[in-house]
Amino acid sequence: MAEEKEPLFSKQNRALLTDPLDDNNPISVQVLGICSALAITVQLKPALVMSIAVLFVVIASNVIVSLIRNLIPGRIRIIVQLLIVASLVILVDQILKAYAYDVSKELSVFVGLIITNCIVMGRLEAFALANGPWKSFLDGVGNGAGYALILVLVAFFRELLGSGKLFGFEILGHKAKTLADSTGLYAMGYENNGFMLLSPMALITVGLIIWVQRSKNRKLIEN
Amino acid sequence: MDKNSNAYTFIFAIIMVTVIAGVLAFTATSLKPLQDKNVKAEKMQNILGTIGVTGVSRDDAEVEYNKYIKQVLALKADGTVDTKVNAFTLNLKKEIKKSTTEQRFPLYIAEKDGKTFYVVPLYGAGLWDAIWGYIALDGDKNTIKGANFGHKGETPGLGAEITTDWFQAQFAGKTLLNVASAGFTTDNFVSVKTVKGGAKTGDAHGVDAISGGTITSDGVSNMIQERLARYLPYFKNN
Repeated sequence: MAEEKEPLFSKQNRALLTDPLDDNNPISVQVLGICSALAITVQLKPALVMSIAVLFVVIASNVIVSLIRNLIPGRIRIIVQLLIVASLVILVDQILKAYAYDVSKELSVFVGLIITNCIVMGRLEAFALANGPWKSFLDGVGNGAGYALILVLVAFFRELLGSGKLFGFEILGHKAKTLADSTGLYAMGYENNGFMLLSPMALITVGLIIWVQRSKNRKLIEN
Repeated sequence: MDKNSNAYTFIFAIIMVTVIAGVLAFTATSLKPLQDKNVKAEKMQNILGTIGVTGVSRDDAEVEYNKYIKQVLALKADGTVDTKVNAFTLNLKKEIKKSTTEQRFPLYIAEKDGKTFYVVPLYGAGLWDAIWGYIALDGDKNTIKGANFGHKGETPGLGAEITTDWFQAQFAGKTLLNVASAGFTTDNFVSVKTVKGGAKTGDAHGVDAISGGTITSDGVSNMIQERLARYLPYFKNN
């Protein structure tokens, strides 16, 4: 290909990494991948593992599809993409079962649901099919990280307000059966908000994040 | 070759599928031993949990298991022991489908602080799918020491609550026999039941069912009743 040699981290390539974090975030701007954002953000740990899994799948599938993009017959390209994504997800599932059994039990069906995560297929169709491996890699990193950012943010608020913990550690003090035995905030009569543990609150949290982001980021304000 | 021809599409699909199948088969086979080890360790953790040995990490499970579990028996329907079968690897799901005379049910005999406990594995049906668990009995084979349950697909927040501590803790101290001294006969065996609306204080054979999880709760009752009844001949003779 007679393409002009472009530096690895040209301005354009850096935008591939940073755009999905804010201006073009897959969750808060494109509103993709919401289902998993609702389901596994009760605690930080599964949210983080899910993010890493999605990050891996989106990067790997982006690069693979980009490498063979000129070979894929147009008529079956969606099936080919699905096949690649599905096999990568099975790989992740198998590896989690072998090396992170507890996490795999917690994520259970949601690992399988990465296949249906619209972010992955969306990036393959919209980007990897038309761009080279390096750009696709950056695009995968960017979008995976954009997804992870929102997921971790939502999980942070849900775990903190819902169970008073972060990564399972009691941040706000220990809640015992009686007020006298409790420590920290709980000794003053603070109660966890059980609502935060339910799925609707994830949706509301995502909504609040979108609100804050739109009021800060001028580019996103629609007239 | 024309990329839009049927032949190209077919060849591409065939190569693609073969390569992917090979990669997946290789991964699945090479990771299988590690995965099986995890499943086995979890089973040991569950068994230990019912006799009050909790907080064992999965890495230590095998050591702790060998420390407390003295014997694993494969029982026949008449209460005698089948020595030809490896009781630990018995798959209850498959055994239940066999005829009564061919079934072998595992019994784990544990020793902790000089006392003997009998751990019985359970398997039954909930609302949507299978439920299972372990129940440990004191040396008198009548008083329950502890129980834990698992499920495949019960409703989160309702039926799935059978895995919570509060539900499982209720079983400790309950008794299986109507009159303890009357022995292990079918008439005297009343099992433990989940009671809709809450068990009465002092009910020796009832625990609170889960609100909104009635069918799963009933499934737990039936599972315990059905499984434990099969151990009566052994309990009577030993």
